[in-house]
Amino acid sequence: MIQKLEDLFWVDDMDFINAIVLLLNYIFVPALSYGSQLALGAIFVSLIYGILRFAYFTAGDLMSFGTMFTILFTWHFQSLGINLGILPTALLAIPFGVIITILYVLIKDKLVFSYYRMKKSPPVMLAMVSIGTMFVTQAIVRIIIGPFDRRFFDGEKFILKANEFKEMTGLNEGLTIKSTQVITLLVTIIVVSILFWFLNKTKTGKSMRAYSDNEDLALLSGIDPKRVVMITWVIAAILATIGGTLYGLDKSFKPFTYFNNMLPIFAAAIVGGIGNPFGAFLGGYVIAFSEILLTYAYRKFFVYVLPENLEPDSLLQLLSTDYKFAVSFSILVVVLLFRPSGIFKGKII
Amino acid sequence: MKQHGDVILAYSIMIGLIILVGFLQSWSIALSILCFCLISAVMTMGANIQWGYAGLINFGIMGYTALGGLAAVLVSVPPVKEAWQAGGILMLLCVLIIISMVLGVRFILKKYQKSKKRNYGVAFVIIVGLIFLRLISGPAIESIEAVNPATTGFLGGMGLPILFSWIVGAFFAGGLAYIIGKIALGLRADYLAIATLLISEIVIAVIKHEDWLARGVKNVIGLNRPVPYEIDLQAKQWFINLVEKFNQGTLNLVTDTLEREQLLKQLVIEGSTVFVKLCYAGLFTIVVIILLIITQKALYSPWGRMMRAIRDNEEAADAMGKNVVKQHLLIFVLGSAVVGIAGAMMVTYDGLFTPGSYRPMRYTFLIWVMVIVGGSGNNFGSILGGFAVWFLWIEAAPASLYLINLFTSGLEETNALKIHLINSIPYFRLLVMGIALLLVMRYRPKGILPEKIKHI
Repeated sequence: MIQKLEDLFWVDDMDFINAIVLLLNYIFVPALSYGSQLALGAIFVSLIYGILRFAYFTAGDLMSFGTMFTILFTWHFQSLGINLGILPTALLAIPFGVIITILYVLIKDKLVFSYYRMKKSPPVMLAMVSIGTMFVTQAIVRIIIGPFDRRFFDGEKFILKANEFKEMTGLNEGLTIKSTQVITLLVTIIVVSILFWFLNKTKTGKSMRAYSDNEDLALLSGIDPKRVVMITWVIAAILATIGGTLYGLDKSFKPFTYFNNMLPIFAAAIVGGIGNPFGAFLGGYVIAFSEILLTYAYRKFFVYVLPENLEPDSLLQLLSTDYKFAVSFSILVVVLLFRPSGIFKGKII
Repeated sequence: MKQHGDVILAYSIMIGLIILVGFLQSWSIALSILCFCLISAVMTMGANIQWGYAGLINFGIMGYTALGGLAAVLVSVPPVKEAWQAGGILMLLCVLIIISMVLGVRFILKKYQKSKKRNYGVAFVIIVGLIFLRLISGPAIESIEAVNPATTGFLGGMGLPILFSWIVGAFFAGGLAYIIGKIALGLRADYLAIATLLISEIVIAVIKHEDWLARGVKNVIGLNRPVPYEIDLQAKQWFINLVEKFNQGTLNLVTDTLEREQLLKQLVIEGSTVFVKLCYAGLFTIVVIILLIITQKALYSPWGRMMRAIRDNEEAADAMGKNVVKQHLLIFVLGSAVVGIAGAMMVTYDGLFTPGSYRPMRYTFLIWVMVIVGGSGNNFGSILGGFAVWFLWIEAAPASLYLINLFTSGLEETNALKIHLINSIPYFRLLVMGIALLLVMRYRPKGILPEKIKHI
C-alpha cells in the first residue's frame, strides 16, 4: 500500500499541498502541453522567417494539412487492425503524414515561392503569396476531410486519473494527467533537441544559420541557397505535422481551429524574437502560460491558502476565459511596443 | 477616352455577368450579388487607400467592419430604458474612468523624462484604473444583462434612423485606427500585418463577449431599415399597378380572372423583394460614387502625389520635409473609416448584427484578394476587384457543381467519390480564390487594372 502523503511529510494541514495540486492540475499540466504544441508551430514559423524572410501565413493550415494525412493513415491502420497497444496509432502514422506534407511544401515551393525568390520580391509580396497558398491549402483540407470535428485518438486515455490520485495521496484535489499530455511533452523534447542539435552541430545546420544571419556572406562562402531553402521547408513540414498531430490528439482535429491557431503561433514566434528558433520555442510556453494564468479563476486556490475568515467570495479571475485569445495578443502588442526584437532578441524588424 | 478603354471594357463585362445571373438564376440573386459587390467595393476602396496610396498593410479589416456594424446597432436600436436605469450611470462612470486613465497616462508621458520610474507610473495608473473599472462595471453589467435577457439585456442604442450609422461607423473605425496607428505604425510591413490581424481579433472578442454593449453572440435582429418593407409594399396600390404594368405581357396570356389575380399576387411578392434590393443597390451606388469622386480627387491632388512619394521612397520624402509619421497615421485613419462605412452598410442590408459571423477569412483575407486582384493604387481597379472577387466567391459554388457533374458524368449517382465531391462544394470557392490570387500575383502583379500615374 502506498503511504499517504500526510504521513510522508508530517503535514497536519493539507491545504497548502491541495492548493499546489490544484494549480498543477488546472494550470501547469495543460499549459505545458498547449505550450509545446504552440512551440513546435512557432519554431517553424520563426525558421521560415529567418531563412526565407517572410511571414508564412499558411502556418496553421499546413499543420492541419499534415494532421489530416496522419489521420487518414491512422484510419487506414485501424482498419487493417494495426495498433500500438496503449499508445495512439497516430504515432505510427506520423511519418507517413510527414512524407506527404514534405512533398506538398516542396511542390508548393517549386510552383509558387521559388519564382518570387528568384525575382528578389519584397517580403510583403511573399507574405501575400502565402495568403494565396493558405486559401488553397485550406480548400484542399476541407475538400478531402471536411470541416467537421474529428477525433482519432485511441489507446489508453489517462496515465493518472483524478480519483486514483485522490486515493493514492489522500488529498481533496485530484490530479489528472492525460497520456496525450505526456506524449506531447516527450515528443516535443525529442524533436526540439534533435532540431537544435542539427542547427548547432551539423554542417548543414550551421550553414542554415549563417544564411539566416547574412545571406550575401553565406553565398560568398559557398553555401548552396537551394539546399538551405529545401531543408528549411522539410523541417517546416516535419514540425507542422508533428505539432498539428499532437494538438489533434490532445484536443481534436478541426480545420477552423487550426487556422485560428496561426494567431497564437505568430504571437509566440514574435514574442520569442522572430527568426530565432530557440526564442520561438520559449515563446510558445510564454503565450500558453500567460493565457491560462490570466484566465484561471483563483477562488479555490485562495480558499485553500488563506485562513478561513479571509476567504474570497468572488471568482478572482483576472479575465474571463472568453478573452483567452486576447491575452496572447495583448502580450504581443506590449512586446512589440517595448522590445520589438522579442524577449529573446531575434531579428529587429 | 482611349486610355479608359480597359476600364470601360472590364466594367461592362462585370455588369454583363451580373445581368446574366439575373437571366439564368433570378433577379433577386443578381441584385443581392450586386449589393454585396458594392459593399465589398467600399471595403476594397478603404484597403486600397492604405495599401495602394501609402503601402501600409492592414490585416485588421475585419475589426473595422465589425465596428461599423456595431455603430449600426448603437445608432438604430431604441434605447432600453430599464437597462439604463439599472446600470447606465455606472457605465458612464466607467467611460469617465477610461478617459481619465488615458489622460493620466498622457500626462505622465509628457511631464516626465523616459525612465524606469515613468514606466512604473504608467503601469500604476493603468492597474489602478483597471481595478476600479472591474469593481464598478461588474455589478452594473450584471444588472444590465438581467433586464429582460431574452429580448434585450443590453443598453440599446439611440433610436435614430440607421443611415446615420454609416457616418458613425466611419468615426468608430477611424477612432480605433487612430489608437492602433499610434501604437503599431512604426513597425515594419509584415509586423504591422500581424499586429493588426491580432488586434482585429481582440475587437471581435470584445464585441462577442460584452453582452451589455450589443448582446454579444446572442445577436441583434430586426434593425430598422432605410427602405420600405416588403409587406408594406405588397399592400400599396401604386406598387401593384407598377408590377402590373411591367408584366403586362405575361398577365395578358392568362385569360381566367381568378388565375390572373393569383399570378399578379405572386408577381407582386417577387417584385417587392426585387424592389427593396434595388433601393439598397441605389443607396450603395450613391455611397460608392461619392467615395470614388473624393478618392479620385485626392489621388490626383498634391496630397495624393505626396502620399505616392512617401510610399515609393520614404526616406526621400522625409528629406523633403514631409511628415511621414503623421501622413501614415492620417491615411490609416481615413482608410479604416471607409471600411467602417462598409461595415455599417452591410449590417444595414442584412438587418441583423451577428458578431459570431466575423471571421478573418471572409472579412480580411478576401478583401485583400480583392485589392490585389483588382489593382492596388487604382480606385477603379479596387472597385472592380470587389465586384469580380465577390462574384467569383458566390458563383464558384454553382460553377464547381456544374464542373463536377461534367467530369464525373461517367460515374453513377451513388458513387462515393461523386457524393463526397458534391458535398464539399462550398470549399471549392476557397480553392478558386487561392488560385485566382496566385495567378494574378504571378502573371499580373499590378492587378487587372494597374495603377496609372497621370503626368500633367
